[in-house]
Amino acid sequence: MSSPKFWREIPQRYRMEAGKCSKCGKVFFPPRLVCSSCKGQDFETIRLAGTGRVATYTVIRVSATQFADEVPFAVGVIDMDEGVRLTSQIVDCDPESVKTGMPVKIEFRKVQEEGKAGILCYGYKCVPA
Amino acid sequence: MAGIVGYGAYVPRHRITVEEIAKIWSADAPSYKRGLQLRQKSVPAPDQDTVTMSVEAARNALKRAQIDPMKIGALYIGSESHPYAVKPSGTTVAEAIGATPEVHCADLEFACKAGSEGMFVALGLVRAGLIEYGMGIGADTSQGAPGDALEYSAAAGAAAFIFGKDNLVAEVEETYSYMTDTPDFWRREYQFYPEHAGRFTGEPAYFKHVLGCAKGIMKKAGATPKDFAYIVCHQPNGKFPQRVGKMLGFSKKQIEPGWLAPTLGNTYSGSSPMGLSAILDIAKPGDRILMVSYGSGAGSDGFIFKATDRLPEVRDLAPKTRELLDNNQIYLEYGTYAKFRGKIRRAREL
Ligand SMILES: [Zn+2]
Repeated sequence: MSSPKFWREIPQRYRMEAGKCSKCGKVFFPPRLVCSSCKGQDFETIRLAGTGRVATYTVIRVSATQFADEVPFAVGVIDMDEGVRLTSQIVDCDPESVKTGMPVKIEFRKVQEEGKAGILCYGYKCVPA
Repeated sequence: MAGIVGYGAYVPRHRITVEEIAKIWSADAPSYKRGLQLRQKSVPAPDQDTVTMSVEAARNALKRAQIDPMKIGALYIGSESHPYAVKPSGTTVAEAIGATPEVHCADLEFACKAGSEGMFVALGLVRAGLIEYGMGIGADTSQGAPGDALEYSAAAGAAAFIFGKDNLVAEVEETYSYMTDTPDFWRREYQFYPEHAGRFTGEPAYFKHVLGCAKGIMKKAGATPKDFAYIVCHQPNGKFPQRVGKMLGFSKKQIEPGWLAPTLGNTYSGSSPMGLSAILDIAKPGDRILMVSYGSGAGSDGFIFKATDRLPEVRDLAPKTRELLDNNQIYLEYGTYAKFRGKIRRAREL
């Protein structure tokens, strides 16, 4: 991940900022320019409360090089309470204990390091609620 | 009157016991447990550091303060384990809680006293009328060298306090500071682990400054130990805060609610602030609390707080400190702990 790309995504990675359609109320994370259900183009910025449930998940045993020290770890698709889905690592638990439907909450974590001398990339991960 | 508007703490879920560390170094666990009055300590996961724990503590403080984070005019993080040598921790935390860009940030360092320092400065700016709200955070993920006595206690945690003038959960009745140049504990640039002066860290360092500060602030306020419901002092281990409290004339009942070290360890800049958060979780309106921090090098900041009627109304809005400490614990073996804390030198450094 390059520093500029990471920096542009700070509102979502740090503050869980989502777009709520002013016309029909549908929430998008990350925000979009046009509402997929009513084609509305006015959005209010809201922050996801950070609670949800595991919709589905997988356990990563062979990972990209920068996450090699963390295997095995769980990555889940999470149904957030606001009705949006996001993908997140599920930490602070045995990956084998993760279950579909399990309640989780968002915590602020270090997502990756750009090597030993590069920037630290922070963002959200899920932990058992 | 200025004081605390909201407070919050954070404790990582991982723990390691004194037995598990002692086993590796062929040390006598019972004598360490007795000597330090400590059974286990918290350990940060590899994806946790001073910044991530500060964000979680700050979010809990905001839940109780119920204020717009954009009104926070200053944010100070005290730590001796800021993740970068050059790049502030405060801007990341301020960004994550939505307090940017009109906010003053500074990262503070003063061994274990840095947390109370941030509280002191934030309170001062609020009192002066320069800002509406100010946040002071104490957080650390400190390390003791493998096999050193400090390895049994060096832990991780954070506490955050929002100061303001309205809707207080605790008034600040008095402040006081007591410092001298004392070489009891230090770490030079580029050194990974700190050095300490062994037994010299006791009488001329911790006890002299904590006693000096506690006596000074009580004299300034015209108070005696019986005027307080609780006392919380810096907790480098379980033993020192108990002994210093007794020397000052406080009872176990006044000391134990804020005494987290036996199952938490020493969270350095987070230590007395986290103890204060545990006291605020149970204090009744009108209760007075004496807090005395300690940082090597050396000095203590003292505060006298008085709980208000709003405290019981907001304390359930965020997780309580004892709940964070006692629930969801994950115990580590020494090998995993050493990997988590980067104590193992790798052939292939990523
Ligand atoms: Zn719509």
